[in-house]
Amino acid sequence: MQVTGTVLTTRRVDAFHALTVVAPGIAERTRPGHFVTVAVGGPSTSMLTRRALFVHDVKPDYGGTVELVFTVRGPGTRWLADRRARDPLDLVGPLGRPFPVPRDPVACVLVGAEYGSAVLFPLADTLLARGCRVDFVLGGAGAERVFGAMRARRVAQTTTLTTEDGSLGLRGRVADALPSVIADTRADAVYACGPMDTLREVTAVAMKFDIPVQVVVEEAMACGVGICMTCVLPVIGEDGTTRMVRACVEGPVFRGERVRFEDVGTIPFDAIGAPGGGARHAG
Amino acid sequence: MPVDMRTFLAHVELATPVLTAAGCAGSGRELAQFFDLHRLGALVTPSVTMAPRAGRPTPRMTETPSGLLNAVGLQGPGIDAFLERDLTWLAQRGIRTIVSIGGGTVAEYSALARRLTDAPGVTAVEVNLACPNLEDRGRVFAREGGAAAEVVASVRSILRGDVPVIAKLSPDVADIVAVARACVDAGADALCMINNPLGMSIDTLTLRPALAAVTGGLSGPAILPLAVRCVWQVHEALPGVPLIGVGGVLSGSDALQLILAGACAVGVGTALFHDPYACLRIERELEDLLQARGFQRLADAVGLAHRPPGSSPRIPLEENTP
Ligand SMILES: Cc1cc2nc3c(=O)[nH]c(=O)nc-3n(C[C@H](O)[C@H](O)[C@H](O)COP(=O)(O)OP(=O)(O)OC[C@H]3O[C@@H](n4cnc5c(N)ncnc54)[C@H](O)[C@@H]3O)c2cc1C
Ligand SMILES: Cc1cc2nc3c(=O)[nH]c(=O)nc-3n(C[C@H](O)[C@H](O)[C@H](O)COP(=O)(O)O)c2cc1C
Ligand code: FES
Repeated sequence: MQVTGTVLTTRRVDAFHALTVVAPGIAERTRPGHFVTVAVGGPSTSMLTRRALFVHDVKPDYGGTVELVFTVRGPGTRWLADRRARDPLDLVGPLGRPFPVPRDPVACVLVGAEYGSAVLFPLADTLLARGCRVDFVLGGAGAERVFGAMRARRVAQTTTLTTEDGSLGLRGRVADALPSVIADTRADAVYACGPMDTLREVTAVAMKFDIPVQVVVEEAMACGVGICMTCVLPVIGEDGTTRMVRACVEGPVFRGERVRFEDVGTIPFDAIGAPGGGARHAG
Repeated sequence: MPVDMRTFLAHVELATPVLTAAGCAGSGRELAQFFDLHRLGALVTPSVTMAPRAGRPTPRMTETPSGLLNAVGLQGPGIDAFLERDLTWLAQRGIRTIVSIGGGTVAEYSALARRLTDAPGVTAVEVNLACPNLEDRGRVFAREGGAAAEVVASVRSILRGDVPVIAKLSPDVADIVAVARACVDAGADALCMINNPLGMSIDTLTLRPALAAVTGGLSGPAILPLAVRCVWQVHEALPGVPLIGVGGVLSGSDALQLILAGACAVGVGTALFHDPYACLRIERELEDLLQARGFQRLADAVGLAHRPPGSSPRIPLEENTP
């Protein structure tokens, strides 16, 4: 649904901006893994596409609030970073398929890189409420780009931090730290959110340990609701065949081993409808 | 008094003039979560092809000033799955549906038309002529009257007479009137314009084209003036032909421009990506604008901008007499 929300609070956390938005209707429907799309630039803007952002936190205050965490990448997120309390914000959501959660109280490792960590905290709350064990691995390029370390330490059994420059925690990437965390915690499942190459590395580790891994992918999206076909990536279906599926409606959460990470950005020759099959090159 | 918003595409009556644009409304199910699709003049499907198509590699889209460049490459399930899944879903609900078809050869368009002849729930067929002609070094059919007419004639000869054939034209031509006339002479009952003009954007960080396909189709408010010009020129030359105006419609006043230029219906594409409710909002705004200008019927506004300068505005009499 579409809601004109109101910015309640804004804050800065290291390299991240966080906006809490009063968005009744969206807040109570949001489950861990959902995202929203935000109209940026104001009513007469030349920026036509909404920006997709994960929902970090949902609270019942003021009829329902959602918290969005983001870094400034371009003009859209720069405009968002300039929002102040009481500004209106046009949101559509909740969108996408949320995380599947296990029925049994199993041990889960939650792996987040950069702002991708934000979406893992509501998941952690849900898992903990089901009696699961939760351990975090959080990383980023440098200390100021690791999101949520304090909160992770509060809720999880263990929290492992990594930075590529070594300014916080272990030097390296989240996937480098993951094998020992999986081994130490006897993890049954992994959840991961971050850039595509991080997801690929994390999936490879989980597959080595032969445990299921759910990844949240981020593809450039023009609509977020499944009508533009711009957000596709090659995913292997239940039947073993590869299709170009929409990250916004069929995802953004996928089983890691089903995503053909090596082929993202291409049309694999064996995908359904790949060139060479039937009518080619039109459009 | 509410404005009479009914309009006609050839003999087919539509309750409202606001349609979705081909390829911008998904299968229908996605938008049905937001509003009742019966409130559309008609839903236009993505261009369906004979075989399933995986489309172009990503990145497929990039934002441009007041616009969007896309290179989706007609990703779709192919005609069999489309008929079985998507069209059946729409037909069962009685949603007015215009089926868009795309092909690489005249034979493919003909085969698609044959598959659609017995399908239930086809209000009209829109022929997307902006597809590369595999028998002409991949140049699109829409770029030249002869190639476009050949496709239209073949589709027209196959479909039942009560199913209007709409030819969808591209603005990337030297003489849009010539292509429009060729399509009408070949039997097109209505014309739709415009499809996306080709554009390109270069990423100044990677120093490479922003789209994997290098070039892409431009859409959104950036192309509204192009659409208004094309509709104007074609209506001037062929005033009796029903036109669907498409391109950059974001508001009721954008829609009104196309109607005043000569369109009797308006397609909304890229605006849906920003606002899933765009069609309903635009229809409401259009009705308000017509009412404020004293129109009782949408039909009275179609092509009105063509009247000579200085001629009195056609405000109906009873609106002026107290
Ligand atoms: C499901 C999903 C959830 C996301 N959640 C978050 C989040 O919680 N926090 C956060 O900081 N960022 C998130 N992103 C990325 C965020 O959407 C982009 O950073 C943002 O759109 C960039 O907009 P811009 O105008 O600042 O940058 P520009 O690079 O100028 O963007 C221009 C265009 O490209 C699109 N675009 C560019 N990069 C991306 C990208 N990586 N993903 C999607 N669209 C892109 C934009 O939507 C826009 O249309 C998410 C993306 C997706 C798909
Ligand atoms: C993502 C996308 C997909 C499209 N797919 C089709 C298509 O399948 N067939 C077609 O005839 N036009 C297609 N179009 C063109 C639109 O129908 C429309 O003519 C064009 O985008 C201009 O209208 P707009 O500015 O309102 O989007 C597509 C446009 C976009 C942006
Ligand atoms: S973003 Fe439009 S289909 Fe996924």
